[in-house]
Amino acid sequence: MKYKSQKVAYWFFALSMLLFGLQIVYGFIMGFAHAGMDGLHDVIPFNTARAVHTNLLVVWLLSGFMGAAYYIIPEEAQRELVSVKLAYVQLISLALVGVTAIVGYHFNYWEGRKFLEIPRPLDYLVVANVLLFLGLILVTLFKGKRRTTTALVLSMGLLFAALLYLPGMLPFDSQVKDSFFRWWVVHLWVEGVWELIMGGILSFLLIKLTGVDREVIEKWLYVIVGLTFLSGVLGTGHHYYYIGVNKIWLIVGGIFSALEPLAFLAMALFAVNMYRKGEKKHPNKLALYWTLGAAIVSFVGAGLLGFAHTLPQTNLYTHGTLVTAMHAHLAFWGAYAMIVLAIISYSLPNMTGRKLYDSSIGRMAFWFSNIGIIGMTVAFGVAGVVQVYLERKLKMDFMEVQKEVEIHFIVLIICATLFTTGIILYMVDFYKHGRPTDEALDTSSN
Amino acid sequence: MLSKKQARAFFLGGTVVTFLIFIGLTIYSFSKAQDQSNDENITEAVVRGKHLWEENNCMGCHTLLGEGAYYAPELTKVIERRGPGYIKAVLMTPVSWEPNGRKMVAYGFSKEEAEDLIAFFEWIGGIDLNGFDRVVSPLSKDEN
Repeated sequence: MKYKSQKVAYWFFALSMLLFGLQIVYGFIMGFAHAGMDGLHDVIPFNTARAVHTNLLVVWLLSGFMGAAYYIIPEEAQRELVSVKLAYVQLISLALVGVTAIVGYHFNYWEGRKFLEIPRPLDYLVVANVLLFLGLILVTLFKGKRRTTTALVLSMGLLFAALLYLPGMLPFDSQVKDSFFRWWVVHLWVEGVWELIMGGILSFLLIKLTGVDREVIEKWLYVIVGLTFLSGVLGTGHHYYYIGVNKIWLIVGGIFSALEPLAFLAMALFAVNMYRKGEKKHPNKLALYWTLGAAIVSFVGAGLLGFAHTLPQTNLYTHGTLVTAMHAHLAFWGAYAMIVLAIISYSLPNMTGRKLYDSSIGRMAFWFSNIGIIGMTVAFGVAGVVQVYLERKLKMDFMEVQKEVEIHFIVLIICATLFTTGIILYMVDFYKHGRPTDEALDTSSN
Repeated sequence: MLSKKQARAFFLGGTVVTFLIFIGLTIYSFSKAQDQSNDENITEAVVRGKHLWEENNCMGCHTLLGEGAYYAPELTKVIERRGPGYIKAVLMTPVSWEPNGRKMVAYGFSKEEAEDLIAFFEWIGGIDLNGFDRVVSPLSKDEN
């Protein structure tokens, strides 16, 4: 840690950890309900659990991205944050809005639009919160001594993410238009600007961990985010195949979303090559595990498994089935959860001064969570393929098919338990680092 | 070898071009001649039904146009599949609906509300879904 104000990142990461834990709890509620054990139905019906599960994911990842930005931007811009106090105001308001929304979902207070369930009045608070965040980051960046590509890409990703929130607030009478513009937010976040944020964090971590020249890393960063947008923007079309819009999207969406894995492949190759090339081996092995892991697992989860059902011919049958859940779990884990865990693993020892670089708890956390989620992905995949075949091909009744696939949800729960063990170990490791302190300030030149 | 400047030009150029094409295609697909979203048949009842659909987060369990959660049946062609009487009964019942043991929240909608939701589902059923309607419709059974 080179600047005192970077410490604020710690509290964003702590909030992330807390919400991540809660997200998993709601995931279990849904898993058990799918397996036929819905004892909580009267208190937390499935649609509540579902809204909480996905929204908590978004909030903890955003909190993680924001923490990452508060850590990275001062170091890249070579100056303190413009206002630490306002950063704390932003943190607390983020937590309050998030918690209000989550509590509201238990009392039928929501918008009922997949992933964007946050009710309209709270939407405006989210916008205000994000504007404050962006203000702090951008002013710091522009007052800074230098403007690096890494910082620019990261800030651009955050800025676009904020702008793209707006189409989701447009009111429509038509379900088709509603859905169409909802994907402008959801798809262009997840398969567009969030990849910019991921790329920015990845590039920062690779510069720090491998010691490869910044110019080389940042050049490839441009190529990767270039590929992301080139494929991802028109790749939005894969959500438009079967929702009531023109057939042109079958062609455009099919071609461009088939190219989307290339961006992730490039990211994986880039990370592995930089690691091989690097002469400086940073002692923080755990951060390296998570960084390379994010690049590789995101290629498998987002790239390959996304490709598996993105072609219109396949998607005609898999659209709206558990196959989507299979892809979504590994994609979000690999691309976004792991990159947040990577930046936490890297920055935590620097903020707290405790150099727990290669603890066995930390390593177990990595392997348990990864093996667990791969098992979960397989369980979802098998359930999904069975569902597609029985329901869409053989035209069996929905609930009959659900009975057939119940067993796969038991497997899912077992794998999820392993995954959760990993995450708990990660949290233990987080806790063991203690609080951030000014004594951890690194006064050496680099 | 590619320079950093060229890499940046690739990123910025590619982004601007694809985004412009994307906006163009959006305008094209909602233009009058190309629109297939059954827009002309939206009535006040359909809009009221859509609000009910959203207020109760039906998408949190069901899918519609293939979008939503995978806990409860796809409702795109539900009127065709079950008929309006059955749907009305499910929507208005004060006790939890439990087909095969899986519970639906007992919303206990009024008759008017149930009718609005049925109007909404009927409107959804009339959208041209590029073939997906056949996949989720029971009437396509014979064709496979």
